[in-house]
Amino acid sequence: MLNNQGRPTVAEKTDSPVGSIETFTGNRGLQIEEPLLFEVGSLDNCGVDLAEMPKHKNRLGVMARDSDIGLAGLSEPETMRHYVRLSQKNYSIDTGFYPLGSCTMKHNPRLNEKMARLPGFGNIHPLQPQKTVQGAFELMGDLSHWLMRLTGTNAVALSPKAGAHGELCGMMAIKAAHKAAGSKRNIVLVPDSAHGTNPATAALIGYKVRSIPASDDGSVSVESVLEVLDDDVAALMLTNPNTGGVFEKDIKKIADAIHKAGAYFYCDGANLNALMGRARPGDFGIDAMHINLHKTFSTPHGGGGPGAGPVVFSDALAPYAPLPYLRRDGDSWHMVETREGIEDDSHVPFGRMVAFHGQMGMFVRALTYMMSHGSDGLRQACTDAVLNANYLRASLQDIMSLPFGERKCMHEVLFDDSFLKGTDVTTLDFAKAIIDEGFHPMTIYFPLVVQGAMLMEPTETESREALDQFIGTVRNLVSRAKAGDVDYFKNAPVLAPRRRMDETKAARKPVLRWSEGMEG
Amino acid sequence: MRYLPLTDEDRKVMLAKIGVDSADELFSDIPDGMHLDSPPDLPMKATEMAVDQALSRMAAKNVDAGSVPFFVGCGAYRHHVPATVDHLIQRSEFLTAYTPYQPEIAQGTLQVLFEFQTQVAMLLGMDVANASMYDGSTGCTEAVLMAQRVKRGKKRAVLSGGLHPQYRDVVQNQANFGDTDLVTMPPAPDGNEDILAQLDDKTSCVVVQYPDFYGHVRDYSKLAEQVQAKGALLVIVVTEIISLGALKSPGDMGADIVVAEGQSIGNGLNFGGPYVGLFATRQKFVRQMPGRLCGLSDDADGKRGFVLTLSTREQHIRREKATSNICTNSGLCTLAFSIHMSLLGEKGLRELSGLNHALASNLADKLEALDGIELLNETFFNEFTIRVKEKKAVDVVDALVDKGVIAGVPVSRLLPGEQDLDDLIVIAVTELNSEQDMDALPKALGEIVNA
Repeated sequence: MLNNQGRPTVAEKTDSPVGSIETFTGNRGLQIEEPLLFEVGSLDNCGVDLAEMPKHKNRLGVMARDSDIGLAGLSEPETMRHYVRLSQKNYSIDTGFYPLGSCTMKHNPRLNEKMARLPGFGNIHPLQPQKTVQGAFELMGDLSHWLMRLTGTNAVALSPKAGAHGELCGMMAIKAAHKAAGSKRNIVLVPDSAHGTNPATAALIGYKVRSIPASDDGSVSVESVLEVLDDDVAALMLTNPNTGGVFEKDIKKIADAIHKAGAYFYCDGANLNALMGRARPGDFGIDAMHINLHKTFSTPHGGGGPGAGPVVFSDALAPYAPLPYLRRDGDSWHMVETREGIEDDSHVPFGRMVAFHGQMGMFVRALTYMMSHGSDGLRQACTDAVLNANYLRASLQDIMSLPFGERKCMHEVLFDDSFLKGTDVTTLDFAKAIIDEGFHPMTIYFPLVVQGAMLMEPTETESREALDQFIGTVRNLVSRAKAGDVDYFKNAPVLAPRRRMDETKAARKPVLRWSEGMEG
Repeated sequence: MRYLPLTDEDRKVMLAKIGVDSADELFSDIPDGMHLDSPPDLPMKATEMAVDQALSRMAAKNVDAGSVPFFVGCGAYRHHVPATVDHLIQRSEFLTAYTPYQPEIAQGTLQVLFEFQTQVAMLLGMDVANASMYDGSTGCTEAVLMAQRVKRGKKRAVLSGGLHPQYRDVVQNQANFGDTDLVTMPPAPDGNEDILAQLDDKTSCVVVQYPDFYGHVRDYSKLAEQVQAKGALLVIVVTEIISLGALKSPGDMGADIVVAEGQSIGNGLNFGGPYVGLFATRQKFVRQMPGRLCGLSDDADGKRGFVLTLSTREQHIRREKATSNICTNSGLCTLAFSIHMSLLGEKGLRELSGLNHALASNLADKLEALDGIELLNETFFNEFTIRVKEKKAVDVVDALVDKGVIAGVPVSRLLPGEQDLDDLIVIAVTELNSEQDMDALPKALGEIVNA
């Protein structure tokens, strides 16, 4: 059952224990209040010097601009200070432990950044002649090779821009394959534990979503799939390991059942970090799976993107993979960009997902990461990620609550809020208290299959010392909650740049931009 | 391996705590026969030096845009990005943060998004903008879907022949899978088409590009009125955002939804991605808008702060009823855009736009003066289309590469099979083109067309 428990969105007005200290500026030591750009900049200020405009014939016609835009400008030193101060209000993986379940917040190596900025990769245009970008195609070819070898598949589409876009790509290939076979199937099976993007993606291309309830241990059983499987089902979308951090034991049987029924198996690859180098999704019988390069392969999350979501395909779906795609012609590479450019009749791409060829900047970073680790290093990274998650589980299970019993997990561990029962402390309160301790909280209220979910994914790039400090902190907070110190949790955070934000106010009368005389 | 902090001793202690003898046991849920006994058949780990050398060799096989006279545009433009921008986006706290789901410790990202939304709304001349899309082409698709939500039940969408062909293909692809009755106008290299004739009472939107794919700058004010009078929305697409420093905004013309590619400000060419889609609309349509939104609020002490808002539109809450399946946006690219935009300000953007136009206009003069070359545009910003009479554009561009000039995009690369388009080249000029570049192209092109 999906629970309907939402997270509280109104910040209760409470006294701040440290609020009594008032400074003239409002600043607190290294925490500096920073006004909006539009409150400090001006129309005349500028941080860029440009060459003189040469004499020319004006060809803008009647549309030449005749009024101000209103943009605020800053000199270079003011710009530097504005953004550095803002940056200091953010938590980041470089600052500390970031155990966000389902997000794979691992270390982002800086060699990746350096390689992406080589002029030969960073300063080439997607439409310059193909003979001038053979090295870029070679890189894309190598990346494809790594992705296919790691997943046990023979085809990959690189162009999707992010995970959800990859899901869309995979599901489009599935729909195209059904259409080619003359099938009008219109149902997609999605477990309750799935990421919200799965049902949203299915709906976007006209499928109806039929949900599969989770069994008592949080996983999807072959029986529960068979119960909802019929001739109308086009595909199953399943995450493995699932969002509770558990490997779907029945996966091969489920894949066989899905195929026997004439449907396809879409696997959400968000959790590939738990498998990389140790098992290949191709061996489970998947037909399509996106790979979040920004999770498993360490390209930075950047405060919410950009991502990249290449999709690997089974042989059955490979002919439908989208444009553009790479072809090897003897010693050189060719990018097939249009249907007219297709030479092999067996390839019937369903269409095009994006202008140009995809997230090249992310491809360079991901390949740099893979080459650095090597096959052996990726396997070790996967092993350490699972080891770290189980270490958290083993160190916390006696005082927190595991919804599905004391069993092994993969790369992340899911707790529910039953250990907080009777304390008046909610999952949200607990997370906010973790902020005051200098950590980023775990993922909360997801997945929806348990009450007050707390999903922790440590990744392989945390040391034992970092994990021990977090474990000690959580144990201390649990004791504190059980001892009845409710106010401490309700007040939290008090040491962050802001205290709890009023999300209800923001949504009731949305203010989405600065304007002259704006309140606040 | 240098990125892995656990030592063998750590692993031993941790396995003991977990109560298993080996790490392999942790993977015992994976069914027999699906375990890999050894790492997959791929190269083994490599030093930082070795990886750097291997990738640098690969990069060196490409001709980078800074190394030759370079005039390629069509939706991606080579502009100067100030050093400050690249430094700031590599600040750890921006680069390695996640989506700001815990606003108390993400005010940096959130305030940037609020400022970004403001800059975009101003630039596009609209009420509100979102916190970005993947890029212009996917944003264009989202605009068509949004128009259908606003105009419930109206399934027709009409795309101008002046729209970037790959944007058209992306929208067409979504339409093939979804519930849109899409009408695509034939390519319109001369900038003229009768798009109104395609409107019926089932039309939710008309999509035009400004300046259009061939560079023409058209006034869509009247079209906006006519489209709206027929009960549809006008979507205006901008692929060269710097043009709006010199041109009236889409909002000035009465657009209902504006989509733009923001790459030109703050973001490098990167061979096509990552880029940053800009998306703006009227206040009254905000709840139908896709993508993340950042809004103003207060904290428990009454201090001003920012949060992600109206998330009840989004997939993580609404699942199959969401306005879009989008989760990730272009976070770091929005930051780069916003920093560069702050450095430019009103004054810098207006100057930069003026400079782009002036250089392009002067190059057009030089090319137009060549025998065998026809300029198709009366109006343009920094990009225009030439006809190479009695030659194939692909051959001409190819021959120019051999003369060390990367000249522009043959229209037939994007629209193959259209015979009357195979002698057209779209040429873009930016502030990075030097005087030598401006001489090199006419000289080399003259030699080729008159050969």
